[in-house]
Amino acid sequence: MEKNINRRKFLSIATSVTSAVGGIFAVGAFVSSLQPSKKAKALGASIKVNLSKLEPGSIIKVIYRGKPIWVLRRTEQMINELDNENSNLRDPESDLSIQPDFAKNQFRSKNPEYFVVEGVCTHLGCAPIEKFAIAPADMGPDWKGGFYCPCHGSKFDLSGRVYAGVPAPSNLRVPAHQFVDGTTLLVGENS
Amino acid sequence: MAKNTESIFTNPILRWIDDRFPLSSLIKDHATEYYASKNFNIWYLFGVLSMVVLVIMLLTGFFLTMNYKPSTEDAFNSVEYIMRSVENGWLIRYMHSTGASFFFIVIYLHMFRAMLYGSYKKPRELIWVLGMLLYFCLMAEAFFGYLLPWGNMSYWAGQVIVNLFGYIPFIGESLTEWIRGDYFISDITLNRFFAFHVIFLPLSIIGLVAAHILALHHVGSNNPDGVEIKEHLDENDKPIDGVAFHPFHTSKDLVGITVFLIFYFAAVFFAPEMGGYFLEVDNFEPADPLKTPEHIVPSWYFTPYYAILRAVPNAALGALFLVLAVLLFVFLPWLDKCEVKSIRYRGWQYKFALALFSISFVALGYLGLQPATGIYVALARFFTITYFAFFLLMPFYTKLEKTKTVPERVVYEKKES
Repeated sequence: MEKNINRRKFLSIATSVTSAVGGIFAVGAFVSSLQPSKKAKALGASIKVNLSKLEPGSIIKVIYRGKPIWVLRRTEQMINELDNENSNLRDPESDLSIQPDFAKNQFRSKNPEYFVVEGVCTHLGCAPIEKFAIAPADMGPDWKGGFYCPCHGSKFDLSGRVYAGVPAPSNLRVPAHQFVDGTTLLVGENS
Repeated sequence: MAKNTESIFTNPILRWIDDRFPLSSLIKDHATEYYASKNFNIWYLFGVLSMVVLVIMLLTGFFLTMNYKPSTEDAFNSVEYIMRSVENGWLIRYMHSTGASFFFIVIYLHMFRAMLYGSYKKPRELIWVLGMLLYFCLMAEAFFGYLLPWGNMSYWAGQVIVNLFGYIPFIGESLTEWIRGDYFISDITLNRFFAFHVIFLPLSIIGLVAAHILALHHVGSNNPDGVEIKEHLDENDKPIDGVAFHPFHTSKDLVGITVFLIFYFAAVFFAPEMGGYFLEVDNFEPADPLKTPEHIVPSWYFTPYYAILRAVPNAALGALFLVLAVLLFVFLPWLDKCEVKSIRYRGWQYKFALALFSISFVALGYLGLQPATGIYVALARFFTITYFAFFLLMPFYTKLEKTKTVPERVVYEKKES
């Protein structure tokens, strides 16, 4: 009798453990099926952008991984403006923000003339809009040109650096990118 | 329950079924011999009304899936096709979209009833917790459903809500990729949201409704006096203050359902967009990842929480506060230390707190629809504080309450005050 109970105990435990292991593997399979598929990963590979027609002071927008990537060709005036220190920024040195190492400067780019950035607000992912005019009526007299997020009022300068006192916690993200030649940009890979 | 096995039928076919399936005892346990208090007031309609809306949503949703296509190519056009080409497609779709808003109206009033009369208190804590799980499922159902028309507001509201998960430390980034199944809100995301909306959540909701009602019928319904009618039984062991759910409460409910349907169909026929609150203007444009609508606002039923999110200056903390604001409801049965259930016999502290909480909830709902600037942010911060104070200070102020004597039995005549 005693032997029988032990035998039953052993069998119950062995059955439970075996089915638990099987259960965990099954859950794992279903959970991982929700991850980006091989096709989604392939479509998320790097893209080439031709900049030969981009005029100074204008911006082009391309899509990479479903996100808008902006390439702004800055004018002399814009570059000079960024050289002046702006005391209203939350993270002027980009210490708390995401960018490739070569873009950790006031221009947030390797070449000050070309600024490549994700057009996605770091607050909740809305698309900020361009406000390049200096001191327009709707942005106030201190505005030096930059980007404004219409969703929750976050403000960024012409390097995508966030102003203090707005909901966005960090500067706009600069994606991995490199210039293949003078006018061809590759988004998605650093050199 | 031996007493309940006797058949209530004389019809031989129903008798035949009764010998093989517990039909009679189900009807007796949940309708003809389920006793609920005689003094129910209008607040007790909203439970049955939410069941009516659930049935409307399941039925219209089923018919919508026959023509809707969950892909980024086709989704927007298939909704337009339903509206313009399918016979009565406009009616089915407007019943579904208007039903979503009415679902939240009746659920919020149903929850408020529980807070008025202490229906969440012992022994009904589990009914309340199951009800809150239903509320969470309903919010998820509404969120997933909102993406399906693939309008521009659908897209951007989805973007904002999914990105909230990105604020969870360490795993945030990969969690959002896992939720979307892609690096952005794409065809893959739309397809899986559809699966959640039409299979997983409706099944969960039906299961939870069954559990909610079974738990309710196990402990018995509360009433506006907050007294337990089971404590006073007549010679047949039936509660003296109760009447059978069927036919007494059901016939009264039919009147309520009729009045409700008049309001509901008035909205469906004459104001399905409800001035942009039920269906937003921006959602009549297809989704465009490069064009953010001027003001991203979620549907009105989420705006109290949205206002809380925006009131907190730090984005990660804002997301945390939003989650807490929803979750705190679950703990109500344990935060409330007062023994008395009904607001009729409670002290001024709870009456004041509940009034302030209701004002805060409505005010936050209004502020969530406004732009996040100046005075609106300041007000949202004030009401966020009062919202949380209602829950977090509850263990203290409910202990200080000086309650009135609760009557032994249900009171019928209007009290002289």
